[in-house]
Amino acid sequence: MGSHSHTPADVSHPGPHDSHSHDAADPAYIAAHIGAYFKVGAALLVLTGLTVGLSYVDFGSRSMNIIVGMIVATIKASLVAAIFMHLKGEKMTIWRFLIMTAIFAAGLFFLTMLAHSDPILGTSHTTH
Amino acid sequence: MSNPLTKFLPFFTDAEVPHTVSARPDTGLYSAKVGIWLFLASEVMLFGGLFSAYIFLRLGAEPGYWPAGLLNVPVGTMNTAILIISSITVVLAWAALKMRQFSKYKLYMLVTILCGLIFLTVKLSYEWPAKFNHFGVFIKKESASKYEEFLGNKHLADSGQNPRWEITGHLLDAPKGSHYAHQAEHNAEHFAHETGRHDAVTAAEDDYVIQLDAVNANPSDKENDRPHFWPVPMTEKLAVISAKDVESASVFAPRHSTYFATYFLITGLHGLHVLGGIIVFLYLWLPFRGGASLYKTNPEHLANRVEIAGLFWHFVDLVWIFVFPIFYLL
Repeated sequence: MGSHSHTPADVSHPGPHDSHSHDAADPAYIAAHIGAYFKVGAALLVLTGLTVGLSYVDFGSRSMNIIVGMIVATIKASLVAAIFMHLKGEKMTIWRFLIMTAIFAAGLFFLTMLAHSDPILGTSHTTH
Repeated sequence: MSNPLTKFLPFFTDAEVPHTVSARPDTGLYSAKVGIWLFLASEVMLFGGLFSAYIFLRLGAEPGYWPAGLLNVPVGTMNTAILIISSITVVLAWAALKMRQFSKYKLYMLVTILCGLIFLTVKLSYEWPAKFNHFGVFIKKESASKYEEFLGNKHLADSGQNPRWEITGHLLDAPKGSHYAHQAEHNAEHFAHETGRHDAVTAAEDDYVIQLDAVNANPSDKENDRPHFWPVPMTEKLAVISAKDVESASVFAPRHSTYFATYFLITGLHGLHVLGGIIVFLYLWLPFRGGASLYKTNPEHLANRVEIAGLFWHFVDLVWIFVFPIFYLL
C-alpha cells in the first residue's frame, strides 16, 4: 500500500517515519508549523478581500468575472485543503479516495451539463 | 463528569475500538481519519449535486432573470472572514493538544465555537430575516413598457445589458386577499412614521405599492448598472403596480425565484453543517469523558478527535469559499 512506498505525498515530507506515527505527530514539527497556519490564514483573509474587490472590476463580461472569481476561490480552497486539512504530506490512502471523488464529482457535473444541452421537453424553465 | 449518553446507548460503551491512536498497518492511518475522509467524499457529492443544480439553473435562466446585488456584501464578507478565523483557531487548537498545551487548546476551541455561533447568528437573526421583509414583483413581459420608469429597459438595451423584469423594495400595500397584507400594513406604518407621508395605502384594491430600492428608483442611472459594495439605502419613491401586470410577486423567500431557491437551500444546508460542527466542538470542549476529559487519560486520542472534527470544519469553510462569491458577488 501507499504508506510503505514512495508516493508523491510521501516525498513532500522526506525523512524516516514508521507506520505507527503520523507525519505531523512530532511536537517539534507542529511547533514549526504554527507560523505557517497563521500565514495561510492571513493569505485566506487577503484573498477574500481580493475576491470581493475583483468582483467590482469589469473584466469585459459577467462570465469573465465569474471565471476570475472561481480561480481565486479555487486557490483559497487549495490552501485550506493542503495546509489546514494536512493534505500536503497526507497518506496515499486518502489521496486515492479524493482522486475517485474528483472523478465522480466531475461525472456528476458532466451529466448535469448533458441535461443542459439536451433538455427534456417541457422541463426547462423559461422565466425565473 | 461522565458521559450521560453511556447509560442509554450501547454505542458509547467502553468497548475497545482499535486504531484510535495507532495507525492501521494497511492504511498507515488511525481509523477515524479514514472514516472522516470517506464521509467528506460523500459530502463532496452532496454539495456537488447542489452546485451543479445551481450552474444548470443559472445557465438556463432567461436574460434578466438571474439577479445581482440583492445580498449584503459587507456582512457576507465579514462572515467569510469569521469562518476563516475559526478554521485557523481549530487547527491551532489541534496543534496545542499535540504539544500538550491544554489551556491553549481550551482557548482556541472556545474561539472556534464563538466564531461558529457568530456566523449562525448573523445568518439567522439578520441576513435571512432581512430577505423575508424584502419584496420583489416580476412584471409580465407584455406589460413591461408600462413600468419603464422603474425598469429602465431602454437604457439597458442601449448599453448592451440584460433586461430587467423585477421591481424590488418594501411592500407597503398588497392586493386584497394577499398573504402579505399584514407585512404591508407593518411596513406602511413604518414608512409613514419615517417620512410623514400617508400616500402609501391609497391605491386601488388590486395594486401593489412598493417603496423602491435605488436600482428601480433610478433604473437608467449608470451608477445602478453594477451592484455596489455598500448596500444603497432604500429610496422614498413609490411604485404602484397593478396585479394584472404581475407575473409573480413574493418576499425574498425560496419561492421567489430560482436564485433565492438555490440560495436558501445551499446556505441553509451549509448552516446546518456549521451547527453540527459547533455541537461536536462543544462536546470536545466540555469535560465529557470522550471530550476534554479524555486529555487526562489519552491526550493523543483527544488530539485525533479534534483533528477529525477540524477536518469536517475546514470542509465547511471550503464550501463557503465557493458559496460566498457565487451568491453574493458574481
